[in-house]
Amino acid sequence: MNTIWKFFTSVKLTVVLLLSLAATSIVGTLIPQNENPAAYVQAYGEFLYRLFNVFDLFDMYHSWWFQLLIVLLTLNIVVCSIDRLSTTWKIVFIKNPPFILSRFRDQADNEYFVVDRPSEQLKDLYETFVSRGYGYIRTEQTDKGYSIFAEKWRWTRLGVYGVHLSVVLLLIGALIGSFFGFDGYVNIPEGEVANSIRIRNPGRTQPLDFGILCEDFNVSFYDSGMPKEYRSSLAITENGKPVLKKDIVVNDPLRYKGINIFQSSYGQLPPKEVTLSFKSSKTGKAYKKKVLIGQQIEIPEAGGKFILKDYVGSYNFRGRPIGEAFIGMIVHDNGSSVEIVLPLRFPDFDRMQKRDIIVSVSEYAPRYYTGLQVTKDPGVWVVYSGFILLIIGCYITFFMSHQRLCIDIVKKGKKCRVMVSGTANKNKFGMQNKIKRISEKLIDLKQRT
Amino acid sequence: MNSSFLLSITTFIYGLAAFLYIAFWVFKKPLPGRLATWTTMIGLSGNLAGVIMRWVESYRLGVGHAPLSNLYESLVFFSMTIIIVYLVIEMKYKNRIIGAFTTPIAFLAMAYASMSPNISDRIQPLLPALKSNWLIAHVITCFVGYAAFAIAFGISCMYLFKQRDTGAKSSLLAHFPNTKVLEELNHQMIMFGFLFLTTGIITGAVWANSAWGRYWGWDPKETWSLITWFIYATLLHARMMKGWGGKRIAYLSIIGFVAVLFTYFGVNYLPGLHSYGAS
Repeated sequence: MNTIWKFFTSVKLTVVLLLSLAATSIVGTLIPQNENPAAYVQAYGEFLYRLFNVFDLFDMYHSWWFQLLIVLLTLNIVVCSIDRLSTTWKIVFIKNPPFILSRFRDQADNEYFVVDRPSEQLKDLYETFVSRGYGYIRTEQTDKGYSIFAEKWRWTRLGVYGVHLSVVLLLIGALIGSFFGFDGYVNIPEGEVANSIRIRNPGRTQPLDFGILCEDFNVSFYDSGMPKEYRSSLAITENGKPVLKKDIVVNDPLRYKGINIFQSSYGQLPPKEVTLSFKSSKTGKAYKKKVLIGQQIEIPEAGGKFILKDYVGSYNFRGRPIGEAFIGMIVHDNGSSVEIVLPLRFPDFDRMQKRDIIVSVSEYAPRYYTGLQVTKDPGVWVVYSGFILLIIGCYITFFMSHQRLCIDIVKKGKKCRVMVSGTANKNKFGMQNKIKRISEKLIDLKQRT
Repeated sequence: MNSSFLLSITTFIYGLAAFLYIAFWVFKKPLPGRLATWTTMIGLSGNLAGVIMRWVESYRLGVGHAPLSNLYESLVFFSMTIIIVYLVIEMKYKNRIIGAFTTPIAFLAMAYASMSPNISDRIQPLLPALKSNWLIAHVITCFVGYAAFAIAFGISCMYLFKQRDTGAKSSLLAHFPNTKVLEELNHQMIMFGFLFLTTGIITGAVWANSAWGRYWGWDPKETWSLITWFIYATLLHARMMKGWGGKRIAYLSIIGFVAVLFTYFGVNYLPGLHSYGAS
């Protein structure tokens, strides 16, 4: 047990783990992750595919070995922190901070100056000055005078534990998310309600305890053709009744009962209804009629019946794709029938057939579906607390230090000699400059009074 | 006069400033040094004015957004940040030779933005995914971090030159800050950069969660920013806990900056969601 503990207290281990994580993370950015096996076999060949697959390189950030590295790093962080915390704790929560005068006196970069006044007059002056910048202050008599000790920011020694705790919070938050959350998607046609979503990994259906109604979807473009906005007008329904309405766009999701709904993609659906134009070649008259898919209508001027059979996304005409088309059928009164193709891109297509009745698409309303990302992550607030703690902790650790100041006054007859000295547990260079500045201010103080 | 033209002029001013800093370093005359500082300040004013003009122009075009939305705009902002951070260091440390190693980076970034045929300086409207208040926070924090790391890179190079010259024989290295100061400055810049990189990754994660419903998805740009973070975290632990210093830290700082460059440019050649940063 002791040897295991020792192993995890090592900073060398931290360095090795951090560098291993950095090095291995590169692999997953070079090999595209989570694509389908066929694409991999095509890109890398059968042998490499199998080799990579053994090491989970196609989903490496979730592989056992990558997660093991993360777990080891976490253990390392936790053990190191516990190991050092007891010492730091004793230093931080001390009632009477110890000051060792000889240590300050022996420092190399102290500032000295002589004041033309008896030392007693300086005491109040200096004490007030110092107490403005330092939380703790204490004056002790020495053999030839006195010393003012002061310190501040002792607690900043704990900053690094804040950073380490924040990393642990991030991992706990991520774990909560992966156990109790989900990440799925759903495509909802305009006007329809979805009561469940699809989870990608592993593929399954997740029921929701409410419905998502897509009332409308709109995509707008800039003049350059670049997409400007994707907007879905959604309503949450409970027992068939809408309880909450909101338009969502990218960056502005809908949140309801811990579930977040994001605008993610969209697509076009086959129209349900089309307005057709029937033009009689005998009379030259054109008639407009609305037809639903699967519906049968009478053709004007007793031309028989028309059935709108289907809509296809890509129709092949003599082996060439000619795009979206409605497929219909004309049934003559004598029972014979003929299939009619109405490609949207070629409105005059049917005229070429030279029949008595020319059918063409007059207008149709394109129908869209909205693609929504639907997620639940109860761990996100733990992660966000970790984020805040991480930023604050880094700031404290890097830019705040436990600073101690000592002003030592020694009587020299009617004059006295003042020494300004200080220590800091970090950024010694900065502390030296600070001591210089404090010393200059003290000299200034003497002149003004 | 439009912002692109002003920023092209700024590129030349930065080029001149870099040249003057190098001349000051090589010839050790005070005049080019003083001129270099003034030229840099003029360049910075041009850079800042260019950014503000571009912002105003985008509103005139009716697509108003902060000029932080594509590679061109990010490079311009990157150069500006490097120059600002450098000038602060120059004031604080009173040493102009550092300018010879940092202003060329800002010049190169601007030159790349202005002259590369692959980078469009046209003001474009925002894609739906970029329409977020997080855009400004995310881009600014990331690029302040990158700028600090760029300067740490320049200082690490100076350190490596300086420490080889043990007998103080080279007159070129004589006026470099001493190795202690260079090490300390490198460390300060890395801590500063690390804080901003951390904040940049976090603002990006929060933004991703509001746009795509996840705060982390291992997309190549996210992953590379994390790789960069790991490298600098290693450096900080090695220095603070294991007492590493000198060459090893300088090399780690250089490797870290290579990772920054890859996060910034290299990732655009990999597939992923961050592709709008590519053009």
